[in-house]
Amino acid sequence: MTIKADTFAKSGLGEGLLPASLVPRLVAGGKAAAARVVPPLLFLALLLAIWEIACSRAGSPLPPPSKVVSDTWTLIVDPFFDKGGMNKGLFWHLASSLKRVAMGFSIAAVVGIALGVLVGQSTLAFRGLDPIFQVFRTVPPLAWLPLSLAALRQAEPSAIFVIAITAIWPIILNTAVGIRNIPQDYRNISRVLQLNGAEYFFKIMLPATVPFMFTGLKIGVGLSWLAIVAAEMLIGGVGIGFFIWDAWNSSLISEIILALIYVGLVGFILDRIIAMIGKWVSGGMSAG
Amino acid sequence: MSAYLSISGVGVTFSGQNGPYVAVRDINLNVAKGEFISIIGHSGCGKSTVLNVVAGLNRATTGGVILGSTEVTSPGPDRAVVFQNHSLLPWLTVYDNVKLAVDKVHGKSKSAAERDAWVRHNLALVGMDNALEKRPHEISGGMKQRVGIARALAMEPKVLLLDEPFGALDALTRATLQDTVMELHAKLDNTVIMITHDVDEAVLLSDRVVMMTNGPAATIGEILDVRLPHPRDRLKLAGEPEYARCRQAIMEFLYARHRAPKAHAA
Ligand SMILES: Nc1ncnc2c1ncn2[C@@H]1O[C@H](COP(=O)(O)OP(=O)(O)O)[C@@H](O)[C@H]1O
Ligand SMILES: [Mg+2]
Repeated sequence: MTIKADTFAKSGLGEGLLPASLVPRLVAGGKAAAARVVPPLLFLALLLAIWEIACSRAGSPLPPPSKVVSDTWTLIVDPFFDKGGMNKGLFWHLASSLKRVAMGFSIAAVVGIALGVLVGQSTLAFRGLDPIFQVFRTVPPLAWLPLSLAALRQAEPSAIFVIAITAIWPIILNTAVGIRNIPQDYRNISRVLQLNGAEYFFKIMLPATVPFMFTGLKIGVGLSWLAIVAAEMLIGGVGIGFFIWDAWNSSLISEIILALIYVGLVGFILDRIIAMIGKWVSGGMSAG
Repeated sequence: MSAYLSISGVGVTFSGQNGPYVAVRDINLNVAKGEFISIIGHSGCGKSTVLNVVAGLNRATTGGVILGSTEVTSPGPDRAVVFQNHSLLPWLTVYDNVKLAVDKVHGKSKSAAERDAWVRHNLALVGMDNALEKRPHEISGGMKQRVGIARALAMEPKVLLLDEPFGALDALTRATLQDTVMELHAKLDNTVIMITHDVDEAVLLSDRVVMMTNGPAATIGEILDVRLPHPRDRLKLAGEPEYARCRQAIMEFLYARHRAPKAHAA
């Protein structure tokens, strides 16, 4: 121990803190990161400039970015204020929208994977349910809202139902495709080993289908985020969708623009989170 | 002959879109314990169909298979199969692929430590004990087949079924794997049925070579005894008259009397 600490201290004092080989690697890594970050920033700046020029003249119906920032500065700097009722910071609106999405999406994930397994495993279920799913999945999310309001009689569960019904189709369909694509060889292995239902499910079917499931989950989470904003515009309450609608009713165009930016960023982050979980769950799994 | 494995009157008819398709018929074969049998025939003649009946993966339409003293009705680890395509599970390491089989087959009879040792032992038999933590996509095709063989051996099957195990490999890899299979057979004295379409492979490895006629309704055309002593050395065999005789007999069967039908010839 003491010897190790000693050599560490020496090299630290003598050679500087970074080992020589690390420096070129850091530089290369920095270059790669810059190559990814710089172009979007450049184009963003260009877009903002065009927007600024286009909307700066008097009587423009939309505010230029500079005015958006100055109009909404209090919202940007303090997203956490809570003055009761609907008068809350953007964080709270986003949080309650996300809460609805989390609930609706969780229901969609559980039910969707279960139905996907059923449809993928059983030819009868596939023949019977697939045509029905194919029709239902084309129904636009908001078209479900009046029906769910009629059935559930409350705004909150209706919104969650709309999220679930929106996200569920790609989850079902992708899970089913994944299961139908399990190579015959894997099934044969499990038959030779005489794996029982649960063993087959956990050791073969699930790992073989996980990449497909996450494709479905990723599409599903994107759709739920699309649907929640629209649904909240109609049902009201706290939520980013309602915030946008409220801003429109008060002609606060800058607030709408700010909210749209947040909606886009949150949707992007949701997508990335699901993709990361998918990668993590499949581990170093190969595609084949 | 003491029949350890007996295939009697096996026929398989598939129900296709154009009505029933008789793939194979009247397959009769008795295999002795410790015997190495090759089945050779043109592509699509029904070799896999027969092997899968023995494995229990296909049901025979007529006839049946008796192994030891029990009739084969379903797949089981006493008839371990090595498939042509890498049937390793890609999300498991080499070790875990074999461990899955060992845990399932020997879960009750061996302790955890014994099972671990048994996995390592079987991977060492095929020379894969230095790649335990590798995933299937990180190793070559030949290595995958080695792991597949280790997994099958680890089940301690009564009969080992190999379905063109080296079909997808290059000639050199193929030769080293053939040597490995020969060594293992000499060491473990297991009963093996191997499908191949390679004449030299069949002669080199087998005690008997089963030659199948072309489908539809394929059956066993001829059975050749390979009267060469074990262990065999591929270099010395080339000059042996018996080797030449066997080779000649198979070639004649496949290319003179039962040429590949035009539709299948590629
Ligand atoms: N499940 C099946 N359904 C219908 N036909 C099949 C099926 N499996 C195999 N066959 C047909 O049976 C014949 C023999 O196939 P197979 O045993 O795989 O041939 P081989 O292994 O000798 O190349 C082929 O003509 C094939 O198309
Ligand atoms: Mg075959």
